[in-house]
Amino acid sequence: MDFLNGDEAVAYGAKLCRPHVIPVYPITPQTIVVERIADFVANKLMDCEYIHVESEHSAMCAAMGASLVGARAFTATSSQGLAYMHEMLHYVSGSRFPIVMMNANRTLAAPWNIFGDQRDSLSQRDTGWIQVYVENGQEALDMIIQAYAIAEDDRVYTPVMVNLDGFVNTHTYELVDIPEQHEVDQFLPPLRSKNAIDFNHPRSFCISAATEWNMEFRYQQYEAMENAKQVIVEVDKRFGDKFGRYYHGLVEEYRCEDAEVVLVALGSAIGTSRIVVDKLREQGLKVGLVKLRFYRPFPAEYFKALSKRVKAVGVIDRDLSFGYEGAVASDIKSALNSAGSPPKVINFIAGIAGRDITKENIEGMYHKLFNLSQGKFEKELQFTGLRW
Amino acid sequence: MAKPQIVKFKFPESLKEMPLGPSAEAGILTEPNAGWRVQRPVLDHSKCSRCLMCWVLCPEGVIDKQNEKLEIDMNYCKGCGLCAHECPKDAITMVNEGE
Repeated sequence: MDFLNGDEAVAYGAKLCRPHVIPVYPITPQTIVVERIADFVANKLMDCEYIHVESEHSAMCAAMGASLVGARAFTATSSQGLAYMHEMLHYVSGSRFPIVMMNANRTLAAPWNIFGDQRDSLSQRDTGWIQVYVENGQEALDMIIQAYAIAEDDRVYTPVMVNLDGFVNTHTYELVDIPEQHEVDQFLPPLRSKNAIDFNHPRSFCISAATEWNMEFRYQQYEAMENAKQVIVEVDKRFGDKFGRYYHGLVEEYRCEDAEVVLVALGSAIGTSRIVVDKLREQGLKVGLVKLRFYRPFPAEYFKALSKRVKAVGVIDRDLSFGYEGAVASDIKSALNSAGSPPKVINFIAGIAGRDITKENIEGMYHKLFNLSQGKFEKELQFTGLRW
Repeated sequence: MAKPQIVKFKFPESLKEMPLGPSAEAGILTEPNAGWRVQRPVLDHSKCSRCLMCWVLCPEGVIDKQNEKLEIDMNYCKGCGLCAHECPKDAITMVNEGE
């Protein structure tokens, strides 16, 4: 066991995957990832092309170029950097390159702030990337490895974004087990890309597609994302069988078996919520917790089924789609409503720009959910921890 | 130099035949592209010294030097006139299309 912060765990995860090309640009709170990888490369512990690019947009372009020649590419960013490479996210997913990128969840300016919320990645929801949100450093390391296995699967060929909460995950030190290199090599063989240049069969890549053909390419992407739901579960099982840690696929339930009300969250807030669930359960309250691991592909079928089991659902959104509500809540409500009589939902806007989501906050959320399930009035959207 | 000939592109006939991502077999020309040419080059072989300046300078690479007499591919010549302008022997004249 090593004592690592989340960023370091990601660096080790990337190292174990033996990427060929790592084009990066530093941005708080991802910097430690790229610094550690730079150390590995300088000390000859990693054999790869480490490219100091001039911007995050260039980083994703370079990663795409690398993937185009069949190289395994890795990069990392956050917030403004993710926004800077926005058009390239579409390019990479549309071109079907299996790139893996770590994203440190940090808020987007303005107002400028380096601390964590999920506005950056959630607002990239529609770029065609698979998105997973990890709870802690161990999961961060493990998901980098799993991300390549998912992305490079023949049925998927879709890029994967691994999200860590800024500072809370990235800079917090925890005990992390670093798998052995030879074990990871067995789990993740070298990339033999089906989508790369081949001198024996010359192809043109990233071509235009006229109106008569474009939608069929989008249908392929849609199918690949649907396939990913199955592949994610398979990779999770295969990883667990080999390394002893299972993460339960797209969604993990905590004490939901007989829950009357549940909270749904992504990332580090889950860790805090588990403690609150245990405390409330000791008081006899039937509460449960749903860890939404993958935001895309979205586990709509799970929420449709959940609809029949619980009376009220709270969704913690570390973001807000101005003009409506939290993005995660919108997607969850849509899936819940596709069943017969859906449970009531409260959308909690919380943890914005590094504002702590405390145990007291979460306890309060559960009590509001009970109010709702008992027919009392609760506003559909509530800001948690607002000053006034 | 093996210049690609015009071939008909085989479009996919089902989802299974679609390529993985927007890509296609390279090095094929599917249709001629000379519709905007206003003037065409006419090469007088009696004046040509085969210095190959036109071949070197042609921006579209449509001058073929594999045979004894140079040939210009009218499917792809855009009529820019660089060859005529640079020929040291004035062997190439630009003539209006339709004349």
